[in-house]
Amino acid sequence: MEIKLTLNGKPLTAEIDADMLLIDFVRAHGCYSVKRGCETANCGLCTVLLDGTPVLSCSVLAARAAGHHVQTLEGLQEEAEDFVGFIADQGAEQCGFCNPGFVMNTIALLRENPDPTDDEIRAYLAGNLCRCSGYEGQLRGIRAYLDSRKGDA
Amino acid sequence: MAETNFRVVNKPVRKKDAMQLLLGKPAYVDDVTPHDCLVVKVLRSPHAHALIEEINTDIARKVPGIECIFTYKDVPQKRFTMAGQTFPEPSPYDRLILDRRVRFVGDAVAIVAGETEKAVDKALKLIKVKYQVLEPVLDFHTAKDNKILVHPEDNWRALCPVGADNQRNLCASETCGDGDVDAVLADCDEVIEHTYHTKACQQAMMETFRTYTEIDHYGRLHIISSTQIVFHVRRIIANALDIPKSKIHVEKPRIGGGFGAKQSVVAEVYPALVTWKTGKAAKMIYSREECQIAGSPRHEMEVHVRVGANKDGVIRAMDVYTLSNTGAFGEHGPTTVGLSGHKSIPLYTGNLEAFRFAYDVVYTNVQAAGAYRGYGATQGIFAVESAVSELADRLGIDPVAIRERNMVREGQIMTAYYNEQANACALDRCMARCKELFGWDEKYPVRDMGNGKVRTAGVAMAMQGSGISGVDVGSATIKLSDEGFYNLSIGAADMGTGCDTILAQMAAECLDCSVDDIAVFGADSDASPYDSGSYASSTTYVTGKAVEKACAQLKENLCKVAADMLGCGTDEVEFAGRVVRKLDGTGEVSLFDIATKSMCGNETAVQATASHSSPVSPPPFMVGMVEIELDKETGQVDIVDYVAVVDCGTPVNPALARVQTEGGLVQGIGMALFEDVTYEPTGRIAENSFMQYKIPTRLDMGKLRVEFESSYEQSGPFGAKSIGEIVINTPSPALAHAIAHATGVWHRELPITPEKVFWGIQKGQE
Repeated sequence: MEIKLTLNGKPLTAEIDADMLLIDFVRAHGCYSVKRGCETANCGLCTVLLDGTPVLSCSVLAARAAGHHVQTLEGLQEEAEDFVGFIADQGAEQCGFCNPGFVMNTIALLRENPDPTDDEIRAYLAGNLCRCSGYEGQLRGIRAYLDSRKGDA
Repeated sequence: MAETNFRVVNKPVRKKDAMQLLLGKPAYVDDVTPHDCLVVKVLRSPHAHALIEEINTDIARKVPGIECIFTYKDVPQKRFTMAGQTFPEPSPYDRLILDRRVRFVGDAVAIVAGETEKAVDKALKLIKVKYQVLEPVLDFHTAKDNKILVHPEDNWRALCPVGADNQRNLCASETCGDGDVDAVLADCDEVIEHTYHTKACQQAMMETFRTYTEIDHYGRLHIISSTQIVFHVRRIIANALDIPKSKIHVEKPRIGGGFGAKQSVVAEVYPALVTWKTGKAAKMIYSREECQIAGSPRHEMEVHVRVGANKDGVIRAMDVYTLSNTGAFGEHGPTTVGLSGHKSIPLYTGNLEAFRFAYDVVYTNVQAAGAYRGYGATQGIFAVESAVSELADRLGIDPVAIRERNMVREGQIMTAYYNEQANACALDRCMARCKELFGWDEKYPVRDMGNGKVRTAGVAMAMQGSGISGVDVGSATIKLSDEGFYNLSIGAADMGTGCDTILAQMAAECLDCSVDDIAVFGADSDASPYDSGSYASSTTYVTGKAVEKACAQLKENLCKVAADMLGCGTDEVEFAGRVVRKLDGTGEVSLFDIATKSMCGNETAVQATASHSSPVSPPPFMVGMVEIELDKETGQVDIVDYVAVVDCGTPVNPALARVQTEGGLVQGIGMALFEDVTYEPTGRIAENSFMQYKIPTRLDMGKLRVEFESSYEQSGPFGAKSIGEIVINTPSPALAHAIAHATGVWHRELPITPEKVFWGIQKGQE
């Protein structure tokens, strides 16, 4: 089947199998930041934004994205660069494989709630698993970013 | 205490690859290798134990796009091990790529390669297999000397004398000790005797096993794999395919988590066979389900402990027997078990008069285990630390006080740790600091919160090693390049822990430059100097020392080039970071100019390679204390506060050491409270996805606080020991302790789920 959608701001027409998953579609179009960590919608690694809302691309058919805007980390580099350096300062990226999904969901969080509490951050990102970092460093990084932003204001 | 005023070492430098990873740049196997290659998948056995009577692939081969299908008839008949260990490997040679006998639910039956995943999936369904189903050995208590043999084959062999005997289902067996443990125990006022059971926990690294293979321009097999052990992979694949080592080139890109899982060859053999036989590029990507059922989990162990003490709390004897379940194959079976005693008993060296440590490692028809962070020490420490806390209870002594009274102290000879001396040991300071930071005296008593919930605390100590003494080899090559930057080549594998960065920090410290002046490369079996690989907590301690040595050698060479340029003798100049200068102050040449000179009419190599191996394996030490809130009505355990104080020698990068610790604690909390592996009566693993196998989320661990109390290890680089593994060892015993203190029930089997806590309370009240 043929679908038309916008991927990271660029209009796209593609011929796909009806059962193709969105994760496989975006990877086939060079968006390698999107990772598969499980097949059961449990890990959050494959998070992309569908019309600005975070979704698990392993559990969305590519066909469902037809007519919509899909964004991956490739298309949100500047917004990510704003805060990921603070996570790097903590060393909390570790192996990095979960980072894109977690960064995408953090972008969604900060758009929705620009000044979250620690508990709000934990709750929003609860679906983003990380086996390396123990999560605390990621939280410290986001907190440091939020504090720095307050300092700027 | 030696010099600890460093310029680059002991500083929280950003990981060199941090921004690339955080911004999602292509870095891992499937991002950086071609996608128009063959897709490789494996047909897996539905039976725990069976012989393949017939296997028909005719119809499957007719699926359009199928390139090849291999069965046991198509593979070399020389057995090998998939364990990434130094040759001769202690793990027995018990595997074929495909075997007529299948030994666990998930064992490989056939390999299918095709142009698309769909074609391969279809072909997998069309392979017809007739099995002669055999009775499996599923209970590891009955495995030893069972009439059913997991490995009856004649060509099974053990290369090392580890007490293995395939005719007895034994992968390893040994007894060792010091002093008359039975006599001392008989003389003790109190003897605690219990058995503790830990499960075959999953590593659950976020990137599953994956490998890409192709034939390169020289006709060699080029393997790009997510592995911690490029050199061992070369040997293992050569063994498996029965081809010369010289025909194989292995490299790793970024690794999406290892924890030891990728210290075994798991996925590599399948695409390697396909590419070697067809000449075509191939890729295998494990599904999460495959990782859960045919991966490389922790060895399930049952640890029987006897601890003897006097009424005053002096611990005099320890007797530990471990029964370890290696599953269907023996990867890391003979070695992991050793740590369950050798890295738990020595914590109580203080007054220990005698110890005995014995073990059996048995084959069964379940998923084979492997090397998982902690490597047996985790299991042994859960048992020994729990037993000591039970002893403290029995004697009415504070559990911190009994540890302070008996713990190993700096300068002591640890008889249970291969008679090594604790040359750098701040365990006492770790305990003192942890107690203070945590507020032990206020938090240990059971506090009723008035809502059906109680709060209380638990404590545990831990140790590990730093590399495998006398075995592990670390190497580094350091080279001066254009304009005065350096290339550092290593064979150790950064699996996210940051070894590329901390080794660069060490080089920058030695060469008096910035971390940005060091470009790191690794790991590549053709291009890197030999390194055993990143495991056994070895990289900082062993490879780090090789970096130090290589830098010292390079400085000599640079002085030689500079002396020629200055027209003086080598003994008249000194290396001073960005310049080499004459000692009398009459001249100098810049590193920039030395680099330029090195590329024009020069005969002195401006590069140096050094290797290092250590005769000792200095243990890091730590103390963990946990405060929990336990709901007596539901059995739910919430972690309120976890404090860990670690002695890893000099923390080379305190930020990364801290995150290592936090990550290890959370992994350990998962093991303690909810990560379970259970088998259906058929031997099938029930928790075959993240749906059932729950690893901790960021809502599951409360507040973590980490501090370092550093000793200075003279034999390590800049006083460093290791950090990577020890950090997973305290949560299980500390949590079991806190739960027992809250409920009066000791849980001696992990995980301690709310159901078990609840039923424990009910039973206790009957």
